Amino acid sequence: MTKVKIYVTLRESVLDPQGSAVQESLAKIGYNEVSDVRIGKYLELQIGETERDIDTLVKEMCEKLLTNTVIEDYRYEVEEAN
Amino acid sequence: MKFAVLVFPGSNCDIDMYHAIKDELGEEVEYVWHDATDLSEFDGILVPGGFSYGDYLRCGAMANQSNVMAEVKKAAEAGKPVLGVCNGFQILTEAGLLPGALLRNKNLKFMCRTVQLKVENNNTIFTSQYEQGQIINIPIAHGEGNYFCDEETLTALKENNQIVFTYSGENPNGSLEDIAGIVNERGNVLGMMPHPERAVDALLGSSDGLALFKSIVKQWRESHVS
Repeated sequence: MTKVKIYVTLRESVLDPQGSAVQESLAKIGYNEVSDVRIGKYLELQIGETERDIDTLVKEMCEKLLTNTVIEDYRYEVEEAN
Repeated sequence: MKFAVLVFPGSNCDIDMYHAIKDELGEEVEYVWHDATDLSEFDGILVPGGFSYGDYLRCGAMANQSNVMAEVKKAAEAGKPVLGVCNGFQILTEAGLLPGALLRNKNLKFMCRTVQLKVENNNTIFTSQYEQGQIINIPIAHGEGNYFCDEETLTALKENNQIVFTYSGENPNGSLEDIAGIVNERGNVLGMMPHPERAVDALLGSSDGLALFKSIVKQWRESHVS
């Protein structure tokens, strides 16, 4: 089994109103040092036996379904589980 | 003219759309389930609003993987009119049939009210029955209708007159350039956040949406008269 951790974030050019609201809330409870908050998504995939190249597979899934590259960026980590 | 109203798990404006076509417009219409693999018998495709697949992952992302979407792409390529409203608009952008994406409303609120739209381009198959610059009353009901695209796409949209409707006066969701609805380059695919199918009878508060459907039928009749 291979574990893949995928992090999806809004592209820098895209405003994140949700993040802004959280940043304001943090300031309200005293964390004025926080200058920006960006909210993203975290996905964890367990991948079974496959002959396909993991990188190709993950990139394909990200482009086809898991992210919308018009508004989102992604990065991922691959962990070989025992 | 025969319309298909697509139905996904979580669609909830399909019945309104069906009613608008059948009872107000007086044209043929059928519901089509998302796993359908043939839309060739239909002359126009309507992708209704709702929360397909619970808006999980991203609005419209999973609906875009349905069998029927391959058929919608074929219909669009064949030049048939395709209209996506609200979640339907989100699905069409996910499908790449329309450029850009719909983001969370700027004020983070679900906006549900009647708004004023300006007809920016009445030279489309969807808007010929409106006056250029006409102000119409159409309801909105969405939490993610904040239209976004990159600079390059925006320039192209403007140059090709693809911006069909804008919000007049108040912009309810923060969308770029007050965009409420756009067409593809060819002009046969329209996506819009406001709900014309909910404004087809004075009893509903407005009948301003009816002209949109009448425009589609008029164009179809004219192109099918020998």
